[in-house]
Amino acid sequence: MAEKSEGKKKLSMIVFSGTIDKLMPVGILASGAAAAGYEVNLFFTFWGLRNITKQGIRNQPAPIDKNYESMGPAMMAKMQEMKYPMWYQLIQQAKEVGEVKVYACSTTMEFFGIKREDLAEFVDDVVGVATFLDRAEGGIVLFV
Amino acid sequence: MSSQVKIAKTLDVRGMYCPGPVMETAKAIKQVQVGEVLEVLATDPAAKPDIEAWARRTGQQILEITQEGGVTRILIKRVK
Repeated sequence: MAEKSEGKKKLSMIVFSGTIDKLMPVGILASGAAAAGYEVNLFFTFWGLRNITKQGIRNQPAPIDKNYESMGPAMMAKMQEMKYPMWYQLIQQAKEVGEVKVYACSTTMEFFGIKREDLAEFVDDVVGVATFLDRAEGGIVLFV
Repeated sequence: MSSQVKIAKTLDVRGMYCPGPVMETAKAIKQVQVGEVLEVLATDPAAKPDIEAWARRTGQQILEITQEGGVTRILIKRVK
């Protein structure tokens, strides 16, 4: 049960996008905020949601946005050279250091035929807009 | 506990997905009197957390939530 959570330092993100160039900053912001003592809520919906299934994790890295396509291979190579964690590893690390909740959008799950058991282990709950708004209240909200 | 509660109205939102169950619940609570109980039946996995959040936000009281066979049954007392 999602408990009442207003009045704390808080960062909530609606993760709508499913391309790696958007997922990476979600992981970076989530882990940075968690380390700084923020409560973090990640609400994955639409194209974002497809990346937090077990299959979605196996298929990482997700494709890059068409606008940055030419930069993709060089960026990936650099990240590997830096041993920079993937976005979902950053989220897993964030969960270890702070109060981080990962939510899946129930309506999108139905659109894509995704079952609860298909979701990656770091997903906490299947929720809807009312829960997101309740948890996000009074904090920073980003639509990514 | 639930068997003693008198249900004034039943809202069947089985098969509906977010934000349907919450929106219908918000409409239906106005169709019962203050002090009466609304029963909501839903299959959306988000219905439980969402209706709990809605009740907190709107000041209504959840008496009981049971989940059986993929159906969530929520009893809500209209308090305002």
